[in-house]
Amino acid sequence: MVKRVLAIILILITGYWLANALAQVPFGADKMLVGKYYLENVKEQTGAVNAVTAVVVNYRGLDTLGEVTVLFIAATGVAALLWRKKRERTAKSEGSVVLQTGSKLLLPFIMLFGAYIFIHGHLTPGGGFPGGATIATAFLMLYLAFREYEIPHNVFEPLEGLAGMGYVAVGLIGLIIGGYFLFDWIWQTWQLGHANIGRLFSAGFIPIIYTLIGLKVGTELTGIVDNMVKEPKEGGQ
Amino acid sequence: MIDCVQCIEYLIVILMIVSAIFAVEWRDLLAAVVGMAAVSLFASIAFFLLQAPDVAMVEAAIGAAMSAAVFIFAIKRTERYESEEEGTGWWVRW
Repeated sequence: MVKRVLAIILILITGYWLANALAQVPFGADKMLVGKYYLENVKEQTGAVNAVTAVVVNYRGLDTLGEVTVLFIAATGVAALLWRKKRERTAKSEGSVVLQTGSKLLLPFIMLFGAYIFIHGHLTPGGGFPGGATIATAFLMLYLAFREYEIPHNVFEPLEGLAGMGYVAVGLIGLIIGGYFLFDWIWQTWQLGHANIGRLFSAGFIPIIYTLIGLKVGTELTGIVDNMVKEPKEGGQ
Repeated sequence: MIDCVQCIEYLIVILMIVSAIFAVEWRDLLAAVVGMAAVSLFASIAFFLLQAPDVAMVEAAIGAAMSAAVFIFAIKRTERYESEEEGTGWWVRW
């Protein structure tokens, strides 16, 4: 009971601090100077029409690299926790006819939509993370529908590693050309795509990096699903 | 005429709260996972109405699909029903 009371007192103190701090800001006043800067300069500086994507990949590219790393560590942790020498699918029954037929019909469209989300990240809402998650749900559906299905591991795991290394490589090329990590060399040095802002071939390295992130997130989440579905073989640890 | 976008927003918030309460209270954990996924789905619609389509997409894919799948895999390896021992009501459990 003492713990509960202490917790409530702590919450009240924190809430009081937060309320005090927020009371200093006049209601409805525009205090977001950084946000205004981004909105005003996003087209000239990055070429992206979708300002959210420009902030995530271009202005705050290093944070996104950290985010990808966190996801990678999470996937590695899941794989390490569930690791056994011999593991296999142990589902006892196939999915129903509706699930099987539906997944066969929908699979290409879900994959296409996921790829569209991350390739067009600089034009329409979305980007590498939602696109990759959409692709991973397509593979999740395959796992649920078919008893024997397993992803081609010798394709997925190298692809995941190559996509991650590609992100770092793009950043390092920026370091060589422009002087800092993740410098947008395609847009600022080569001046490619300045004529067609708002079309696919614009926005410098944003589509390239978001395609790499999409592939990485998709393969990583699929790997997590694969690790969780499979169970150790009967008898052998 | 009533501003109906706002009615929909209120409706979605109410649905979110109701599904959250169900997700906590249901003893069948599989049903509770569906309740949790419903919270994410309604949150995704709410994000979309609040003009944050980027966040809405991530919430729908990660929150509703992937995390529900992870919970269902966990339930498959453990137990489906919550134990009945702590039968006290919500006013004591806090």
